[in-house]
Amino acid sequence: MSKTYWKGVEELRNDAEFVRLKNNEFPEHLPLDEVLGEKAADITTTPRRDFLKFLGFSVAAASLAACEAPVRKTIPYLVKPEQVTPGVADWYASTYFDGYDYSSILVKTREGRPIKIEGNVLSGVTKGGVNARVQASVLSLYDSARLKNPVADGGPSTWANVDGAIKSKLDELAAKKGNIRILSSTIISPSTRSIIKEFASKYPTTKHITYDAVSCSAMLQANKESFGVEAIPSYNFDKANVIVAFDCDFLVNWISPIEHSRLYAETRKLNNGKKEMSRHIQFESALSLTGSNADKRIGIKPSMQGAAIANLYNAVAKLAGVSTVNAASVGENQKDIEATAKELWENKGKSVVVCGINHVAIQNLVNGMNSLLGNYGTTVDLDNPCMLRQGNDAELASLMDEMNKGEVAALFIYNSNPVYTLSNSFAEALKKVSLSVSFSDRADETASQCKFICPDHHQLESWGDAEPKKDQYSLTQPTIAPLFSTRQFQESLLVWSGNAITNYHDYLKSYWKEFFFKNAPLSIATEDHWNKLLQSGVFGGALMPAKNYQSSANLNTSADAVSKMSGSGIEMVVYEKTGIGNGLQANNPWLQELPDPVSKVTWDNYLAVSPKDAREKGWLQGNVVQVKANGNTVKVPVFIQPGQMPGTVSLAIGYGRTKTGKVADNVGVNAYVFASMIGGNLSYSASGVEISKTTDEDHVLATTQSHHTMMGRAIVKETTLEEYIRKPNAGNEEELFAVRVGKEEVKKTAKEVNLWDDHAEGNHHWGMSIDLNSCIGCGSCVVACTAENNVAVVGKAEVIRSREMHWMRIDRYFSSDADPKEGEKGDIKKMENPSDMPKVVFQPVMCQHCAHAPCETVCPVIATSHSSEGMNQMIYNRCVGTRYCANNCPYKVRRFNWFKYSDNAKFDFNMNDDLGKMVLNPDVVVRSRGVMEKCSLCVQRIQEVKLNAKRDGRTVKDGEVKTACSQSCPTQAITFGDYKVKDSELNKMWKPEERSYHLLEELDVQPNVFYQTKVRNVEEEKHS
Amino acid sequence: MSNQAAVIESTVRDPLILGKKDYHQITEDICRPVEGKANKYWWIAFIIAFTTMIWGILCLAYTIGNGIGSWGLNKTVGWAWDITNFVWWIGIGHAGTLISAILLLFRQRWRMSINRSAEAMTIFAVICAGLFPVFHTGRPWLDYWMLPLPNQFGSLWVNFNSPLLWDVFAISTYFSVSLVFWYLGLIPDLATIRDRCVTPTRKFIYGLLAFGWKGTARDWLRFEEVSLVLAGLSTPLVLSVHTIVSFDFATSIVPGWHTTIFPPYFVAGAIFSGFAMVLTLMIIARKVLSLEQYITIQHIELMNKIIILTGSIVGVAYLTEFFMAWYSGVQYESYAFMNRAFGPYWWAYWSMMTCNVITPQLFWVKKIRTSVLATFIISIFVNIGMWFERFVIIVTSIHRDYLPSSWTMYSPTFIEVGIFVGTIGLFFTCFLVFARVFPVIALNELKTILKKTGNQYKKKGTY
Repeated sequence: MSKTYWKGVEELRNDAEFVRLKNNEFPEHLPLDEVLGEKAADITTTPRRDFLKFLGFSVAAASLAACEAPVRKTIPYLVKPEQVTPGVADWYASTYFDGYDYSSILVKTREGRPIKIEGNVLSGVTKGGVNARVQASVLSLYDSARLKNPVADGGPSTWANVDGAIKSKLDELAAKKGNIRILSSTIISPSTRSIIKEFASKYPTTKHITYDAVSCSAMLQANKESFGVEAIPSYNFDKANVIVAFDCDFLVNWISPIEHSRLYAETRKLNNGKKEMSRHIQFESALSLTGSNADKRIGIKPSMQGAAIANLYNAVAKLAGVSTVNAASVGENQKDIEATAKELWENKGKSVVVCGINHVAIQNLVNGMNSLLGNYGTTVDLDNPCMLRQGNDAELASLMDEMNKGEVAALFIYNSNPVYTLSNSFAEALKKVSLSVSFSDRADETASQCKFICPDHHQLESWGDAEPKKDQYSLTQPTIAPLFSTRQFQESLLVWSGNAITNYHDYLKSYWKEFFFKNAPLSIATEDHWNKLLQSGVFGGALMPAKNYQSSANLNTSADAVSKMSGSGIEMVVYEKTGIGNGLQANNPWLQELPDPVSKVTWDNYLAVSPKDAREKGWLQGNVVQVKANGNTVKVPVFIQPGQMPGTVSLAIGYGRTKTGKVADNVGVNAYVFASMIGGNLSYSASGVEISKTTDEDHVLATTQSHHTMMGRAIVKETTLEEYIRKPNAGNEEELFAVRVGKEEVKKTAKEVNLWDDHAEGNHHWGMSIDLNSCIGCGSCVVACTAENNVAVVGKAEVIRSREMHWMRIDRYFSSDADPKEGEKGDIKKMENPSDMPKVVFQPVMCQHCAHAPCETVCPVIATSHSSEGMNQMIYNRCVGTRYCANNCPYKVRRFNWFKYSDNAKFDFNMNDDLGKMVLNPDVVVRSRGVMEKCSLCVQRIQEVKLNAKRDGRTVKDGEVKTACSQSCPTQAITFGDYKVKDSELNKMWKPEERSYHLLEELDVQPNVFYQTKVRNVEEEKHS
Repeated sequence: MSNQAAVIESTVRDPLILGKKDYHQITEDICRPVEGKANKYWWIAFIIAFTTMIWGILCLAYTIGNGIGSWGLNKTVGWAWDITNFVWWIGIGHAGTLISAILLLFRQRWRMSINRSAEAMTIFAVICAGLFPVFHTGRPWLDYWMLPLPNQFGSLWVNFNSPLLWDVFAISTYFSVSLVFWYLGLIPDLATIRDRCVTPTRKFIYGLLAFGWKGTARDWLRFEEVSLVLAGLSTPLVLSVHTIVSFDFATSIVPGWHTTIFPPYFVAGAIFSGFAMVLTLMIIARKVLSLEQYITIQHIELMNKIIILTGSIVGVAYLTEFFMAWYSGVQYESYAFMNRAFGPYWWAYWSMMTCNVITPQLFWVKKIRTSVLATFIISIFVNIGMWFERFVIIVTSIHRDYLPSSWTMYSPTFIEVGIFVGTIGLFFTCFLVFARVFPVIALNELKTILKKTGNQYKKKGTY
């Protein structure tokens, strides 16, 4: 028996009162009835004390209600759509092709809105790669400049009216046997080609002309002459030991850059003890992104490129023991050319020569060279040709001819803007066409001059298919219902040609079913099969075995044609910028604000001139000059570009739009006017350029980086391949510091010295590795980060004030002639000046998530703190905005909201209208004015993966979390992972005795992000 | 003094007050600006100062309405004019307490002619200074989060590691102690004015302000005791406030900020600039309020001597910084200092060097340090130089720190300039109002240093 304890003497006595209270849960009388009961309402008297309470309460309640922020209601689904779960993203496989960029993509949708584009790893072509333009295209979906309904004669119309008018006109023209022409950029969709064919069979006078604004038609022609195959080969850069490129920006612009950059990076990575890398030699006049990544870069004027190629051919031919061709002298470059030939020859069958010049004779010589080197069948694959450029310049020329003669009765313009890209000559010719129809999504330069605009869906609203490479397919499916009253181009044609199926989706399905039936291995043409295809997005047979080809073109004739090429005076290169490309997506503020990787200029194009010319001619940065070439004149600001070949200038296309929307209208000048038809092909260079200074006020260019050298600091550590082979930590030798332990002085590395206590660690310790050897600086990660994290666009004026908001930036440094040797101090003034022909390095920098973060200690309100998973976290709600953290950040990655960037007419970009706001990622808050923000290592993605793992009762798998930047990197230079997982990819990268290092490690802030030294395959050092 | 052979006075020291004043004359002289009508110069000065202040308020309102983006700051330069002005004003606010506290403890009686205005100046300067940290934040309406207030946000507390928080404590302490000290000194003088008042309203107001001061021996005893206690409390504050302000920079990792020399260097600089501002104000005040016989050349000379001393300390500190930057062998540190002197902001650096190091050295010449005009000009130079010192430290250090990719330039907008000019307006408005409502010289204390004997009065037979 346990003892009995009494609560009190009352229990012992067992009083009647006690017994009564014991059964009561609340021993004292509670005045609930008075307050809540029916009687309460009857009480009319308010005692004095209660009066004051009531008064106080009501005043407080009234004032609190007045303080409350306006309520924005979220309305839940009454009937929830099957596939939509609020808060959970749906992913759809699709395809992006806009006539210029191609990628198989995955589209992330949230509550029915596409918000992000990522690469589809199942694709055999792009292999999960995307670039800045493809990723930014999700914002173009929500472009307020898009047409909301069809347009007839400049005014809004309906589809029924437009269809009626066009059909009757077509029938009328067909009766008169008037010529009908369809002008489009490259179409890689087999079903679309079939629809056009059907349309042509209904209206037999129809002819389809393919015109690419950035044309490769000379390559098609040259391949036909050389090998009898009118196709563009696939380039297997991954199989090349030596890559030689002539005026060819193959990493970001040329033909299939996403594919190229991934293959190229494979030859540049030195992970897991690999000791070999490719050697890349670039001959060019303007400093392209590809050229900046080259091991050796040789400046050649556009007019001398032909001669250089001919001489290189001869040098290779001599080594091969075959006859040489005529070649003009290239002067002092001959030595480099012969050295290059030697390297090529030593790597026969493992080398590749590529050339971006749209000139048949030159391309013939390049083909000849590749076939002498035995590259066909290994690095150059003509049996699985690339379909991404099919433009035929000769057909375009004959179309213009016909139009001028008034022989074209009807012109349908699809995915092409010839009034902009071909300037006034096309506009004049267009006036002579009686039925002109544009399928543009906006009333652009061409569409606004057409009788009808039948706006096409955005890619993300469309169905479709694509064949980027022969027999490699990718499907497009809509990820959102059409936002406006638009209709797909294919559907319009189906309607007008009176096809039995007018729904393109049905047409597509039946087209493919037929295809599957025809192709034995794919003959299970069920609905299920179709759905599976849609789910994976891609399919294709095995690649054809690549064969060796011998050029059968008459190279002597080609060489003679080349030797006749000449240039005089200043020569100009018309090039594409990494962000804006051909200008199709110019109205995309993400792309406008993406700094050009090489010049770091946003929101503008400019005349890039060499530092030498600028010194001699007295041009200063921002001076407005008048440029005259090919009979056209533009006024454009000067930008002094180290690496630009003296005697040449360059100007980017894609700018100078006039009718594309509020973002891009009148930004920069139109450089397409300087592209001219030479020898039947569009030539993107001009010679005899006259440049004269004007008295116009200087134009301020918005650059995000105004200082170009590393000032002799070990920021990007680099070494040469040979050094690296000899000593894996070459260029990354750890510095030892004298430290006193007790009375003894010992030498320790920065990492071993620690004045601080370490943070407590949780289950994860996230970190990131950035391989500077495979980063090509393309800016894909910057756009990915912008899209993922709702980073605000601030516009040109604010970029000029150095207030861009990018959480992630790519620092670009040029070498300086005055760069001192390590440890020595140089002339600081001279060190600020880059070399005229510098070496270039790129370094992506985002928050380094320091373990001993300088920002954390200085914040007075603990708005930035350390997580148990190693991340430095920014708590926006708590931030009062002292900016002390930004001052104290050695990496300068913190970004302050100087203004309210959303719902503010002064920042009239996507966050200022309801349509544009649909692109925002609901997992990431839009920051308010006056708070600091910065990279969070995509904490929302980490959280999602962790929650999924928790739900499934497992641990997070290595590589399961990918930050937006690491996911989007086309060269996979960024690895994200967990230090706590022993064999994680991240830990495999972290070998401090080799190439890994922390940026500014001497500060001992112990970043969780680390870099790996850049290794150059440089010749000079090789022989010294 | 030869004609006053009958009076027993120190023959070694010159009298601190000239013009053979008697007690009544002192009362009359010092109460005149408070009791009489304002003259034309006062009104002109007041209208200019007030307009400037309003301009500053408008600029500030614009900033609060639109955001800190209306200033010229950028991703790299997060502080510029705001914190420059803050440190400058705080520095100016140092002379008052130094004069009233440290000089009191050292029994420097000459302080009595200037301590009242110097203390008032301190109060107004600290108010001006305080505006900047308050309004430089992105969301000033949440500034109270920087106070360690109990709250319902959970266990949210301030970060006691942050020098900005130390600033909050240091400045609020300094301000409150200075205010109490200043007001305490005012009490006997307010009573004097109360007793002379002719209108009941004035009598009522001054009566309230005088806290019932009767002037008895007990009153004086307590007054002096409290003064000593407050002087003892304020003395460490003179050293601590600017030390803590310097910690904002010294504890950071920015090359050019991360310097252990900062505390003494900042304190010396603060006293230097404080005395310069006292001189600027006093030279104007003695002219406008006809106080030449109270604020004499001797006062000016003594203050000039302090300026030589502190100016030289500051000069040595500048050179030491350079030496340390070179001696440390740290690449970033050496670059930061080379960049100060020869980088794009070289003009700011050399303005600072000229104004702070070279011009005060002219005071070694007696003729210059006893010249009112020369002192006035040099005091203005020092004020400018000290502003540039802070600008140089803040902007030239952060505009080019570790990664050259982020290097930027900074230039102010008219909004920032407007706010700064507005604080000058506020300062002068406060000072001018002060000169009209409170005695600018501690008249009752001053009477204690008037004479060694009362012979003069005996002779006149007034008692």
